[in-house]
This record gives sequence, structure tokens and C-alpha cells, in this order.
Amino acid sequence: MGVRKAITGAEAAAEAMRQINPDVVVAYPITPQTPIVEQFAKYVADGIVDTEMVPVESEHSAMSATVGAEAAGARAMSATSSQGLALMWEIVAATPGLRLPIVMSLVNRALSAPINIHCDHSDVMGVTTVGWIQIFSENAQEVYENLLLAIRVAEDTRVQLPAMVNQDGFITSHAVEPVEIFDDALVRKFVGVRSLNRALLDVEHPKSIGPLVLPDYYFEFKRAQEEAMSKVFEVYREVGTELSAITGKQYPFFETYRVDDAEVVVVVLNSAAGTAKAAVDAMRVQGKKVGMLKPILFRPFPYSEVRDALRHVPVVGVLDRSMDFGACAPVYSEFRNALWKLDKRPAMQSYIYGLGGRDIMTTEIEAVFEELLSGKLDPEHQRYIGLRG
Amino acid sequence: MPTLQEIALKTSGADARIVSGHRMCSGCGIGSLIKTVLAASDKPVIVISATGCLEVVTTIYPFTAWNTPWMHLTFENAASVAAGVESAYKSLKRRGRIDSDVNILAVGGDGGTYDIGFQALSGALERQHKFMYLVYDNEGYMNTGNQRSGATPFGASTTTVPAGKVSSGKPQWRKNLVEIVAAHRIPYVGQAAVHNTLDLYKKAQKGFNADGPAVLAVLQPCATNWSFDAALTMQYSKLAVETNFWPLYEIENGVVHVNTKPSNRKPIEEFLKGQTRFRHLFKSGNEHVIVEMQKMIDDEWARLLKLEESGIQF
Amino acid sequence: MSERKTWQELELGVELPAATSLGYKTGGWRVLRPVWNASECIYCMICVNYCPDMAIPVTKSEEGVAGKGGRLFKGVIRLETNLDYCKGCGICAHECPTKCLSMIREEEAEQASCKL
Repeated sequence: MGVRKAITGAEAAAEAMRQINPDVVVAYPITPQTPIVEQFAKYVADGIVDTEMVPVESEHSAMSATVGAEAAGARAMSATSSQGLALMWEIVAATPGLRLPIVMSLVNRALSAPINIHCDHSDVMGVTTVGWIQIFSENAQEVYENLLLAIRVAEDTRVQLPAMVNQDGFITSHAVEPVEIFDDALVRKFVGVRSLNRALLDVEHPKSIGPLVLPDYYFEFKRAQEEAMSKVFEVYREVGTELSAITGKQYPFFETYRVDDAEVVVVVLNSAAGTAKAAVDAMRVQGKKVGMLKPILFRPFPYSEVRDALRHVPVVGVLDRSMDFGACAPVYSEFRNALWKLDKRPAMQSYIYGLGGRDIMTTEIEAVFEELLSGKLDPEHQRYIGLRG
Repeated sequence: MPTLQEIALKTSGADARIVSGHRMCSGCGIGSLIKTVLAASDKPVIVISATGCLEVVTTIYPFTAWNTPWMHLTFENAASVAAGVESAYKSLKRRGRIDSDVNILAVGGDGGTYDIGFQALSGALERQHKFMYLVYDNEGYMNTGNQRSGATPFGASTTTVPAGKVSSGKPQWRKNLVEIVAAHRIPYVGQAAVHNTLDLYKKAQKGFNADGPAVLAVLQPCATNWSFDAALTMQYSKLAVETNFWPLYEIENGVVHVNTKPSNRKPIEEFLKGQTRFRHLFKSGNEHVIVEMQKMIDDEWARLLKLEESGIQF
Repeated sequence: MSERKTWQELELGVELPAATSLGYKTGGWRVLRPVWNASECIYCMICVNYCPDMAIPVTKSEEGVAGKGGRLFKGVIRLETNLDYCKGCGICAHECPTKCLSMIREEEAEQASCKL
């Protein structure tokens, strides 16, 4: 039984970092991630943690220094959003190749242009291919628990890959919710200490990290990296079980809500999943059989588990909070991939919602359910929720 | 006082921090430069390389010439990666998880330092991380065949700003990195040249022992891309100093100290001739470029001496 | 070139143990080779410190060796250039203050050794 605090998603991330007490934190402020950095900096200033915190001069340097620290042997963490992620993309792409288990908070914010500081998923969806473990959080409680989970999954010897824990900018990061913070000692024991067996600072065993690799070997390195990604599922399950003993919660790859007998299921990530659950309940009161699926582990993508969960569902609508211009939206694409193998595939509809922080209402999701129940699908075209025109 | 004998023993024995078998061009100035600097550390050295000549030629998987902990990430961040390593070192030491003492050396070429790596360097210096930044300055992006950098001298021909019918090469003077980094109020900045082993070694020692960040800028003539016979690398380094093209000086705790003052500086043509990148300057119609170059060098030298004399602190 | 590893055989990360380049003999690059006349050497260490390839080994000699003018040189002395790595750049010969080093073409050196 933990202590309940009224805190924002950003503060919840900072709480997790406080308990983790990493060796090094390197971050550059960007709205709406800033409160994470500020809260943690306060912990440092008050001696609540003894982390070495480095206020770098850009996000590119933030991830570079985090990589340097992690390669040196430290447990190093960072946080960013949107343009910051875009700026550090070069290094974000390099980190999994070096097999460094950095854990970063990503507070989802729309990518420019136009510049917009509010929530959508265009930032994270632009970085799904490079090999970071990606976990999504519906609310502040999940942010907090996902960060603890992520440290252990990333640092597992079978994995050794970086992980990003996502939360919706402003909607989750800046909204106050009740969050149960578990006992410091229990959490510290769960999180443990990072092994120094790969540390560059081990001068007794000097090594060279990051050599040039020519066409004769590059492919093999990347295949080895993919193998590690494939191990994430089993490690995630094991670590989740261990964390359950502290929190009493479960850690599935995705959450299903009233899906068992659903005729229509809507798929949605992060905070809008909460809105979707309310819409599901409203529809159910009317006797309509609808449900919702909320992805949590997005990379690696649990194709076969998704297929099993949705194989009996006649209609699946996927709500994406980002676009892939000129192509199918990212979450929709993955679900189409997952359901392709079924002999009897659900009918599917892609929806775009919430770009640049545009709110999505329960009534709008209810309208989506009505549309999907009525069979008025247009699989060749994505639809837009709440768009004027 | 160090001797060439001591340095030789450190750079050529089993404990040498960089070894043979690397793919540097024959006669590359970096070889002598880096081994001398590494030998100057009395503690183990963690080396962080930016992408560039040194990184590529020393580590082509599965071969590495480094006999000391080394890492490379990308082109523009030797300084920020080093800042991360330094932070990890402080943290892990403070927590009692490691007990060895180390020096941290970030190394970049002029490309990874003056241009794409400038911001990371400035940030790391401003935050006063305890590390030394070594720039091996061959005045262009030489690993990829002589593209222009912010360190390319006025009048030099590069592939991206070549001399031609309507161009006499680079129209801008190069940046003064030493003064820029000194303005960050760091304890030590040194400018050295590869041929003067003792001067370079002593400056590297000072840099490693400085109570804060240090920067060491070393001229590295590039036989392949400046284009001259490989045997003349050290000769061009000497000429650079003797013509005042590359003064040997230091800025210690903000105070300028010029190490070598040629009594009769050689005319800049002595340095320029024989280098293909300056060959066009000797063609008729380009005389004014050399005149301008000579004036700039003389003015800069006079200014440097005045700065030293004034005792003004950076 | 030894057998290349499969992806399963790779070590974790993109890392190498120290100094593996010693297995790559750059001596094959040479067109010119240095010839060292030890009897004219003053053991100044200029060539050793300049060599970009660390190809001139040194050792410590208590008894000393005879060099230029028959003088005995004690302490740190150079040995024969390591031809496994010497690329024949010629810096050593060009910078030697006593000119006890000279560069000859590889073919001449090979022919000379054939004659033995």
C-alpha cells in the first residue's frame, strides 16, 4: 500500500526518477517536458537524490551526454518532447545500436511546422523504427509505474536496449491526478543498481566502443539488435510480474476494455483511451456492444497477442493521434499488420484525431462507435475527428 | 622537465595508449600528435573521438589501435559525450562504485570542433567539466577529401570552395578558436604544433592537470589533402610556426603567454609553396591574395604580442 | 582475412577489446623503406617521437650502445624499425639531425636481401 499524492504526470515521472536515483540525468527543457526536469532539479538541489544532473545546451547534447554517461557505466536518464526529440534523433537512432539501456520520458507533443506545443503523437511516431522500446501511459499512475518497469526491462542482460516512456503533453503531464507512490525501499530494491560489467570507466579492461563497421559486418550487428528486441516480450512479462508484487497491478502489453463480446472495438493510445472507456460505458448503457483496446507496449509490437485479442471482433476502428502523410496512419498500420493473417479479418477504419492538442470528446468517440456499428466504413480513406471542413 | 627519451619510452612501449596497425595515411601528422598527448597523462585516459580521420583510421571493425578506453558516437558531440562520461565518473566515484582516477580526453578534428561540434564544445566548457578537448587541426574535412571548414585558411582551395577561374579559394579568414574558448574563462588553452614534441607534451600535461576544462589546438599538416610529400609533414609544421601562421602560445587562467617568437619571421610564401591547396596563389592575378594573407598574419601577430604585453585577462 | 563471424557470434554491443590493430600489418603499404645506420645515430629520439605508426621500438640500455663518433649512449635507445608496420613515409629520414636514416625503394631492399 503506497502513499497517494495529488500530482501531475510530469511530477509522477520525477517521482519515479527520485526513487530510481540514477547516477546521471542529462536534460534540456522543452514544453511540456519541462516540469519533469524542474522537479528533479529541485530534488537534486535539496539533496533528496545525489544524481549528477547536467543542464546541457541542447537536446542533441542531452542525448549525447546521456549516451556518454551510460557507456561510461552509469545509469543515465533523460526526458524530452517533440522538437527536442527531433533534434536528438541522430543520437536516439545510434543508442540502440550501441546497446545502451537508457530510459527516457517522452512527453508527447506535436512536431512543427506549424509550431504547436500541445499534445499529439507525431513526435514518437517519427522514431518507431530505430530500435527503442516504446511504452505508452494513459495517466500519471501509469507513467510512474512504466518508468520503474522500463529501467528493469532495458537493463536486463537479454535486452540491453533503450526505452522511452510516453505520456500525453499537458493532458497528462500537467493535469493533477491521484497517484499512488510505493515504498521507497521496496522500489529501490526492485530497481536495483546497474551492473558495471560494460563500463568504459573500467580501465582494467580497456575497450573501444563505436568503431566504424563496414558492409562486411553492419548487417550482422543490426540482426543481433533485432534479436534483443524480440526478447523484450518475455522480459517485460517477468519484470511485470515482479512489479505486480509491489503495486498489485498487472502489466499486459495492451489493455482491453469490454472487448470480449464487442462487435466494434476502437484502438487508442494514451490519455484518449480514458475518454474512450467513458464512451464505451455510455454506449454499453444503451445496450451497444462496443469495447476499447489501449496499446501499452508499442515497440516491440505484440502482433500475435493483438491478433488473438481481436480475432473475434467484426469491426475495428483505430484512432491515431498523428499522421503518416501520404500513407496509412502508424497505429492503424500496425493493427492492420497484426490482423492480416486472420482467415476472417475484421473490417477496419482509420481515424485521425487530436492533432496539435485538439481535444477529443466522449461524444465524438460515441459518434465513431455509431458510425462503425452502422457499417459505414471507408477503408480506402482515413477519417478525421473534430476537423473543421 | 620531460625529455624526448621519456616521451619515446611512453609512446613506444607495451603501455602505449595507441598502437601500430592503424590506417592513417603514410606520414599522417595525427599519429605523432595523438601519441604525444596521450603519453602526457599520468593517469589512465578515457578518449572520446568525434567522427573524423582519427576515429575512422583507428577503429575499423574488428581492428582498433586504442590501448586505452575509447568511444565514438557521432560527428558533433565529442565534447558532450565527454561531458556525460565526466558526469558518470563524478557520480560513480562519489557513490564509491569506482575508485580509479582517470583523465578524460575529447578529440575532434577542426570539422568536428569549429563547425558541427562548436555548440557542444561551448556548452561543455561553459559548464566547466573537468576534461581536455584536443583539436587536431588539418584545416578542412580531410577524412572525406578536403571539404572546407571554419578552420580552413583564407586563400586555400578545398573541394567545396575550390579555386577556379573566378575564385581564389576561401574568401574568409579562419576562426580564432583559442580566443573563443578562452572567453569561456577556462583555466587552460594551448596552441601547439606537431613538430615541437616537447612543447606539445608540456601543454598536454598542463591541460590534463588543469583545474577545470582545457583545450589544446594542434596544427596537423595533412600530406594527403594539403598535398605535399609525406616526408615533409614536420617541415610544414615548422614553417607554419616560423612564418607566424601558427603561433605557439598559451592562455593560462586567462593570461596570454607566447612561447615562441621568431626573430625574423619567414614570409608566408615559404609555408604556402609546395602545397597543392595553395598552388593557385602563385599564378598571375592572385598576388593580392598572398599580400592580404601576409598583412593579416602580421597584424594578428602584432595583436597577439600586444595582448600578451597588456596582461589583460580573458 | 579470418572467417567472418555470424550474428550470433558477435559480442554484445559494438565494442572491441584493446589494441587489435596489431593484427593488421600496414608494412605492406610501403614503397620506400628506412635504412638506419646505427653507428651515426645520436639516439635523440626525434624519429621515434615523430613516427606516426609507432614503428620504431625503444628499450632501456644500462650498458649503452655505441653511436655517432663512437660515443656510448645509455638510457633510452631506439631499435630497428618494425617493418610489419612502417609505411615508409620518410619523416624519420627527413628529420634526422645526423642523416643516419635514409630511404631506399622496397624493391632495392628486397633485391639486397635476396643476394644474401
